[in-house]
Amino acid sequence: MLLIKNGRVLDPSSNTDATLDILVDGPRILRVGPDLTASHVEIFDAGGMIVAPGFIDLHCHLREPGQELSETIETGTRAAARGGFTAVCTMPNTQPVNDNASVTRGIVERSAAAGAVRVWPIGAASVGSKGESLSEIAAMKEAGIVAVSDDGKPVATARLMRQVMDYCRALDLPVIDHCEDRSLFAGGVMREGPRSIRLGLRGIPAQSESICVGRDVEVVTLTGARLHIAHMSARASLEYVRAAKQQGLQVTCEVTPHHFTLIDEDVRYDSHYKMNPPLASGEDRAALIEGLADGSVDAIATDHAPHHPSSKDVEFDRAPFGIIGFETALALALSELVRPGKISLLRLVELFTTGPARVLGIERKIAADEPADLTIFSTDQVWTYRTSESPSKSRNSPFDGREFRGASMATIVAGKIVYRR
Amino acid sequence: MLQRLQHLLGIEDLTREQISFILDQAKPFQEFHRHPLKKLATLRGKTVALAFFENSTRTRISFATAAARLGADTMNLQAESSSLKKGESLLDTVWTLEAMRPDGIVIRHSSSGAPEFIAQRLGIPVVNAGDGTHEHPTQALLDALTVRDRKNTLDGLHVTILGDILHSRVARSNIHLLSKFGAHITLCGPAMWVPRELESLAPNVRRVSHIDEALDGADVIIVLRVQTERMHEPALAPEEYILQFQLTPERLRLAGKDALVLHPGPMIRGLEIDPSVADGPQSCVLDQVTNGLAIRMALLYHLVGGAASEPASGPGMAGKDK
Repeated sequence: MLLIKNGRVLDPSSNTDATLDILVDGPRILRVGPDLTASHVEIFDAGGMIVAPGFIDLHCHLREPGQELSETIETGTRAAARGGFTAVCTMPNTQPVNDNASVTRGIVERSAAAGAVRVWPIGAASVGSKGESLSEIAAMKEAGIVAVSDDGKPVATARLMRQVMDYCRALDLPVIDHCEDRSLFAGGVMREGPRSIRLGLRGIPAQSESICVGRDVEVVTLTGARLHIAHMSARASLEYVRAAKQQGLQVTCEVTPHHFTLIDEDVRYDSHYKMNPPLASGEDRAALIEGLADGSVDAIATDHAPHHPSSKDVEFDRAPFGIIGFETALALALSELVRPGKISLLRLVELFTTGPARVLGIERKIAADEPADLTIFSTDQVWTYRTSESPSKSRNSPFDGREFRGASMATIVAGKIVYRR
Repeated sequence: MLQRLQHLLGIEDLTREQISFILDQAKPFQEFHRHPLKKLATLRGKTVALAFFENSTRTRISFATAAARLGADTMNLQAESSSLKKGESLLDTVWTLEAMRPDGIVIRHSSSGAPEFIAQRLGIPVVNAGDGTHEHPTQALLDALTVRDRKNTLDGLHVTILGDILHSRVARSNIHLLSKFGAHITLCGPAMWVPRELESLAPNVRRVSHIDEALDGADVIIVLRVQTERMHEPALAPEEYILQFQLTPERLRLAGKDALVLHPGPMIRGLEIDPSVADGPQSCVLDQVTNGLAIRMALLYHLVGGAASEPASGPGMAGKDK
């Protein structure tokens, strides 16, 4: 048994903000209350720390199977645990693509054997994510997928999206879309604007994303499915999501830490600033932060995208898109959102826990009989992020060397402390 | 105090003083090209690597000739024969070159930022000979030298740049350079190649849709080549381009008799420029080529030979080559 004492428990599901103890028995929570005592227990003193429901990351790439040079389920989940995540949703763009139940089962089994935290696979919407025909979604659901997506690219056409949504509505699965109009994207490598012009780098207009968000929302009105917009970066996209929510459509969205932290003006000839969607304008960043504050944005998701150094250490336009993000997400949310007074600490916890849980159609709370998945963090711990110390196999972060205030202190999955600072 | 250059990666980060210094350093080399014996010993024993990852004829020959006339040896890497074709990364290629111990490297590459990328990873001076759609600093310097010779100043000129500005590294470098001297810069070309963000590159940059308005009162006209190889969009029909944007004798008259016409080459006569303008008295295209040599000699002298001599003291070639 494990007794977590003296922590400030923040649970958005019940609006709890109180100093409480949590007694964990095996994989579940036994009791929650003030001044709990028990004999023969391991005690974790969380005095001065926040105790939250376990963080969920809706969007990551663990690269297994097939790209183990960049990351594996083992190394990726160890990095996730350090970042305070107790469950991560891994995108299907592996090799082979997770578009059938045997690949899903492989990921589930590998995660059970080597994963430091829970791994919830996302299945491909179309076979090979090629945008032609539906993948074996029902079989993958039985094998354990929690959503479908062709992430890395958009669901190719409105017609296919309609089929995917119809099918997934019946299966009660959310459809996650990487929104991008490929014709406007047109080989771009960063957001189109004054900075792309100055650097001579081919620009991607914000409308490449928002046109596709608009299309998807229209298809939701046709199908009534649950749509989740991945890594949303543009103000115009957020407007579509807001309007959809106002109409009562089941449309949700996530924002990455890099999009609420950095902007296109930060881009240099350094591929650690190259991601897709690209870093947006300052105006977009401000709009995203407003959405994170007012509830229009449902979750913070990392889009942890490991790439081996040899593939990133090239000319900007030749580098793959993406950065790693598990270990910096919480610290960036604290420094960019909470400390400047944009959102409350409770709202931060919501964006990492009940928010993403709601997208997946599950609950997340600290209460008796619930799974003992807990994230314990400090708002004061000062530390420096060094990619060289990361369990991840990749090093592609623009935040290497940055000093942070606020860090995960312990990550508990099914009653086990899988990471402790 | 003049900040000594370590590399020449672009014009954007140079000061006006550094630019003037380079132009001044090029003056004696301009004279030198009129000598019957065109070889100095200034860089004897030095080696300059010419790494042209993108095809180039005139710029590569210009750098090779500049190095040779300074007495330096050159190592040549050309796109067609490059191991890049065999899948080697840029970094591995330049590390291989560096292992042969050149004293400087001149790089042309189709990726914007490639010279900066290698400058951060090599211990030798890097000269950008054109990177993607970013900068072509030696072109802007030779253009500035050409204009300064004819106009006796660079200050406050009215400069019009015609053509595909979006994809032009020459335009970017020229805008950065001339605006540091207070130029009023007018950009004119097909609208999709002249996006409004260009106006944020430097102060006093404006866009004009009609060529007549763009040429009115211009002191200098820089005609760009239409770079079809860099365009992702379908190209404009040549007839459309000619109709709206070709620099013709009639249009040139709007700018006045003293206006200079520059073209970075290679020039497509009859497309962006009428042959009679290209060969006319206002054309500076051949001066540009000669001045390119002088600028590149001055830069190589300064960057590659710099360790042995005082930067502000000038080439002192009279003493060294005799």
